[in-house]
Amino acid sequence: MAPPRNRRPGFSRRAQYGLFVGYVVAVAGIVAGLALILMARFDPQGFEMLRMGASDVTAPASSAGRTVVRSFASAGSSVTAYFDAANQNRALRDELARSRAALVRARAIAQENLRLKQLARLVENAPQTVAATRIVASSAMGVRRFATIDAGSAAGVRAGQPVRSTEGLIGRVITTGQISARIMLLSDAGNTVPVRLARGGAPALVIGSGSSVLDLRALAAGQSPFRRGDIVVTSGTGGVYPPGIPVAVVTRVSGDRAEGFAIADPARADFAVVLQSAPALPPPPVQTTEP
Amino acid sequence: MNRLLPGTVPRTLPPRAYIVPVASTIAGSALAALPLVADAPILPPFGLLMALSWRLLRSEIWRAWMALPLGLADDLLTGAPLGSAVVLLTICFLVFDVMDNRLIWRDHWQDWLITAAALAFCLSGAWAIVRFDGGGGSIRLIVPQLILSIFCVPMTTRLCAALDRWRLRR
Repeated sequence: MAPPRNRRPGFSRRAQYGLFVGYVVAVAGIVAGLALILMARFDPQGFEMLRMGASDVTAPASSAGRTVVRSFASAGSSVTAYFDAANQNRALRDELARSRAALVRARAIAQENLRLKQLARLVENAPQTVAATRIVASSAMGVRRFATIDAGSAAGVRAGQPVRSTEGLIGRVITTGQISARIMLLSDAGNTVPVRLARGGAPALVIGSGSSVLDLRALAAGQSPFRRGDIVVTSGTGGVYPPGIPVAVVTRVSGDRAEGFAIADPARADFAVVLQSAPALPPPPVQTTEP
Repeated sequence: MNRLLPGTVPRTLPPRAYIVPVASTIAGSALAALPLVADAPILPPFGLLMALSWRLLRSEIWRAWMALPLGLADDLLTGAPLGSAVVLLTICFLVFDVMDNRLIWRDHWQDWLITAAALAFCLSGAWAIVRFDGGGGSIRLIVPQLILSIFCVPMTTRLCAALDRWRLRR
């Protein structure tokens, strides 16, 4: 490539000053950018309007394209299923027979559960659905694991609300625009979910690592409660996530830590359901002065 | 073209001569809106790639401060912490300005190497900023993305060259 001879502005004062001012602006811009990064650390919700405005603009396009992508993705699996139909049919019949028996047992248990809860006068705070929507895009270029859903504050979505699919927990809402919202996926390294083992109920934490692998840590000291194939569900501790939503399957155990993967794959989830966040604590009683 | 002052393009050029480089860079950033749900950073940072390719192909179209609006657009469209691409891209452009005065002749392989170094700087810098803001996993996560982006450099360079020919056509 030819040497750029144009970097020296020659003897024109105006051109020299112009070049100099350009550099001053660039350096000032770097300083301003660093200040923005600092502000984001101490006030993560800052400039939400600006950022979610951009998201609102791109979300409809992503939403339209997502339908096409999903139909292509499902076309592949339908073709495979066609060639394997006989085997699949047999396997499904067996499974159906097994699950019928399990269903009867489960109904009985549900009845008993209800009766016991009435006996214990336990008040159930079943989470209300805010919006059923779709995941339309994700931050495939960045380090954070964020995704965009197709509903925003116009549909009642607020920051902090948990998001689940039919299979399990997906993440929670961090910022909302008018018609789109950004959710932090389980796999984001900033995400920690209090869970308990479905077998035995030992408490643990699920921590995202930025990739599809989730870290699991036991809260109780001593031997590891994890076993390969264990399923963990949200415990409801802390009040962000409602209890009982499936979160992850343990795939590898090493010491008192374990690795797992999320049960709900956001790439394949048909719907993402935004749930109401846990009810706020009642206001403190008003201090009345005794007469 | 070569004897012009930096940042100045003759006024006789059609408007698309000014718009195409900026618009193609912002379009690269807007690829973040692709309907793709990924559980790891897999897409190369196309906005960054386009900006670096344009800057190395045509040093005279942009001054260093042009990286500020381009970086801001990239941050807004990709959802990165506001300011990260602003800082990293502007530093790259300033270093390129210094380099232009030192390195007299550049060929395609050197351009590729320079872009690769700039990409490594930008991706690891973005990772560090995300980590500072309270997120981001291990740095190994960006390695596949970095390798993929380095192999995308010839593609974006060719794209910029083709756009450049169309941009300056009479």
